[in-house]
Amino acid sequence: MSYVIEGQTGPWEIVVGLEVHAQVVSQSKLFSGASTTFGADPNTQVSLVDAAFPGMLPVINHECVAQAIRTGLGLKAQINLHSRFDRKNYFYADLPQGYQISQFTHPIVGTGTITIELQNGDTREIGITRLHLEQDAGKLLHDQDPTKSFVDLNRAGVALMEIVSEPDIRAPEEAGAYLRKLRQILRYLGTCDGNMEEGSMRADVNVSVRKTGEPFRTRCEIKNVNSIRFVMQAIEVEATRQIEIWENGGEVDQETRLFDPGRGETRTMRSKEDAHDYRYFPDPDLLPLVLEQAWVDELHAALPELPDPKRARFQHDYGIPFYDAGVLVAEQAVADYYENVAKGRDGRLAASWVTGELFAALNRTGTTIETSPVSADALGKMLDLIADKTINGKIAKEVFEDMVETGDSPDAIVERKGLRQVTDTGVIDSAIAAVLEKHPDKLEEYRSGKDKLFGFFVGQVMKETKGKANPALVNEALKTRLDA
Amino acid sequence: MLSRLTLTQARAGLSARKFSARELATAHLDAITRLNPALNAYITTLPAQDVLAAADAADARYAAGNPGLMDGLPIGIKDLFCTKGVRTTAASKILADFVPPYESTVTANLLREGAVFLGKTNLDEFAMGSANMSSAFGPATNPWQKASDPSVALVPGGSSGGSSAAVAAGLALAATGTDTGGSIRQPAAYCGIVGLKPTYGRCSRWGVIAYASSLDQAGPMTRSVADAGLMLQAMAGFDERDSTSSNRPVPAFHEAVGKSVKGLRVGIPAEYRAPGLPAEIQAMWDQGIAWLKDAGCEVVDVSLPHTRYGLTSYYIIAPAECSSNLARYDGIRFGTRVDAPSLDGVYEASRAAGFGPEVRNRILMGTYVLSAGYYDAYYLKAQKVRTLIRRDFEQAFENVDVLLTPTAPSAAFAQGENMNDPVQMYLNDIFTVPASLAGVPALSVPVGLDGAGLPLGLQVIGRHFDEETVLSIGGALEAAAGFTHLPAVHAGAGA
Repeated sequence: MSYVIEGQTGPWEIVVGLEVHAQVVSQSKLFSGASTTFGADPNTQVSLVDAAFPGMLPVINHECVAQAIRTGLGLKAQINLHSRFDRKNYFYADLPQGYQISQFTHPIVGTGTITIELQNGDTREIGITRLHLEQDAGKLLHDQDPTKSFVDLNRAGVALMEIVSEPDIRAPEEAGAYLRKLRQILRYLGTCDGNMEEGSMRADVNVSVRKTGEPFRTRCEIKNVNSIRFVMQAIEVEATRQIEIWENGGEVDQETRLFDPGRGETRTMRSKEDAHDYRYFPDPDLLPLVLEQAWVDELHAALPELPDPKRARFQHDYGIPFYDAGVLVAEQAVADYYENVAKGRDGRLAASWVTGELFAALNRTGTTIETSPVSADALGKMLDLIADKTINGKIAKEVFEDMVETGDSPDAIVERKGLRQVTDTGVIDSAIAAVLEKHPDKLEEYRSGKDKLFGFFVGQVMKETKGKANPALVNEALKTRLDA
Repeated sequence: MLSRLTLTQARAGLSARKFSARELATAHLDAITRLNPALNAYITTLPAQDVLAAADAADARYAAGNPGLMDGLPIGIKDLFCTKGVRTTAASKILADFVPPYESTVTANLLREGAVFLGKTNLDEFAMGSANMSSAFGPATNPWQKASDPSVALVPGGSSGGSSAAVAAGLALAATGTDTGGSIRQPAAYCGIVGLKPTYGRCSRWGVIAYASSLDQAGPMTRSVADAGLMLQAMAGFDERDSTSSNRPVPAFHEAVGKSVKGLRVGIPAEYRAPGLPAEIQAMWDQGIAWLKDAGCEVVDVSLPHTRYGLTSYYIIAPAECSSNLARYDGIRFGTRVDAPSLDGVYEASRAAGFGPEVRNRILMGTYVLSAGYYDAYYLKAQKVRTLIRRDFEQAFENVDVLLTPTAPSAAFAQGENMNDPVQMYLNDIFTVPASLAGVPALSVPVGLDGAGLPLGLQVIGRHFDEETVLSIGGALEAAAGFTHLPAVHAGAGA
């Protein structure tokens, strides 16, 4: 079943826990009114509080607290009605206060779980240890001047949620599945955009190895890995390094490491001896964070439907398979699109059009579901045209392509191109007559028992009617005619 | 004599148009010119034209009949309050050239009520000290002198020593102070003026340079108890920018002064009768008890059993918070910067050049008590003691309305005295620190002179947010003591 790495002394199990830093979606920073927009000019989104001017004080941003609670609820976690902010003290040029305001001993969210799904269809529960709120630091720019480093404080003070998993992850694939699932939940909740390229979601990866059944061995923390692929690579590389050390009779040192994707290796960032003493203590500028259960309940009631229940509902309400439902709920916007198309229509047909023709068109035109050239309404109307037999499935593909190109409504395209399905039995009968006239030999063969040729005749009649004939009527008429 | 008035008297004079705010300001500008070189009470004085312009605006409001609570009253501002466009140093080299682009909430409130700022008063560096000796701009000097030896310069107390010296000597009608462990009350006692540390949370800390956030509280330093009430009313109020500020309504505090204190219960904490308390201070305390009995108060003995752990706890908690609060002075964004080849080098060089020895001591102590392995033994323990001390007060206030104690264990001492033994220096705070740890309001009232002719103060401590009863009792003491003595150096002398 499980993932192991074969060493010289036999198989090794890996033990992984993830600490994800997720930037909170909010208008302003955790403790100041400054804006949080990404990509602004350096030092244009900095308040006196962020720059830690003398006498400046933090004031908690309630929207950030609400976002942390929503996230906690989305992770099926315990919400702590009483939590506290602490100061984590260290000096660095990107940290104006000389301390980060974080939650050390009393986080706002306690234990929860995430259900992950693996390639083979198995699911696993990964425990969440905690979620806490903290400030992000600024950014140092080392490439602007040959001798100086510049400081950009736009990000300083932006709210982060640190989401810590239990050491429940046993394979790189599981780490990837965990991160994708977490990102999906955060996006559904609207509490973090999950954009790893822009750094709004970053992962620290704790890795250790052991022989099956052993207690945990020493772990190393790999800091700030910024893509899911790199997280998976880093785990494998780091586990292999540790196995080599153990198998050569060495000891793995507890330390903080960096992953170099170019070289495919991890290397020491700081050892345990260099570890900071952060001198955590309760921030005396802030009162304990006390929440009303009624507010938590209110936030709970207003949560959007999350991916797992939505998937189950899609299966049930629209009669689509588990796998398809998973594809459709992967992103909230796709799920919404699908549901707009499927509501009151044939759910299976809708699913096949969305995951088939629509996804292909998005791919081809370099658009996303949000910028799709075909709206859910328009696609729905097109399905209606199939349902009421105005067009058949084959013609629908042509109509759809036209919709992608022109943005016209399906009705307009059908009218413009004269694609309305032929249901006039007179027209169909004369098309059949023409076909039979052209292929007397085939007719002979059919009549002498070669039943398979029925399909040939259907094809020829459709061709004769330029694909517009109603296939059911063609079938019926042909049958009458041939078997007469 | 315009520079000897109380705020209340000056306000009445201005309202009656007996004199103008411009005349009042001019008298103070003159006094500062004459006496500040000797007293060093101000680190920075505002340009005369700015002071006079503010006074003229106040005169216009009096003429229009809509003056504010503090309108036209010239006051000093402790140089720990950030003042927009006016250099704010915290008496530290590290902020020697710092000009804030913002106004602290308390000073903004005072400006809103029409106060006229004369300048920024001297203090111990970052408010750390009890003698105003640690200022990077030189010590402020107490205008009082020993009758026997006028040549010995005395400390004005600290940390708000510039404010107390200025108010005592007539270089301001009143001044703002901040109190972390006694920094308003002890200098008020040493200089023969009134000082009120309000309840923690009464005045916003926004824009006040932090020493120890859980203890720092701004308050008035004045010539009368009623003035303290008037000025506090102008300073206080909820501020959404300070999460620890209280949203309770701000009463007209000065109206509490003069109210009958008959039937109020006054507690005398046994633990403050420390062995070694000078007989003169004990006598003054007994005198205060007698006055309050005469005024109809009921005096009862109470116990604050954890008092003796107060000073130790304070000197763990305050340095711990300061070690973190002062981390922002790193030479990167503002303040003194000494360049060095590495980032750590810039920190080391800038902070070594910027901070004086007492600040460095406290940062080191604070860093130590928060370190891994020591946190539980020091910081956590001190926080527990703090809780017990607060409980001591709460229990005492179940039976009494206020507590009466001496403000300090001695009168003002000579500059340079107590400098070799920091613990001896810290002992000055022994009577003031417990109220700070508990967050309760406490007032120092001048009640008499010792044998050397130096002022002594008594401290009235009250319940959380019950400044009014404290002021009533303070008013009764003030009335009974009739303290009208003047220091050797004052603006009226020889004029």
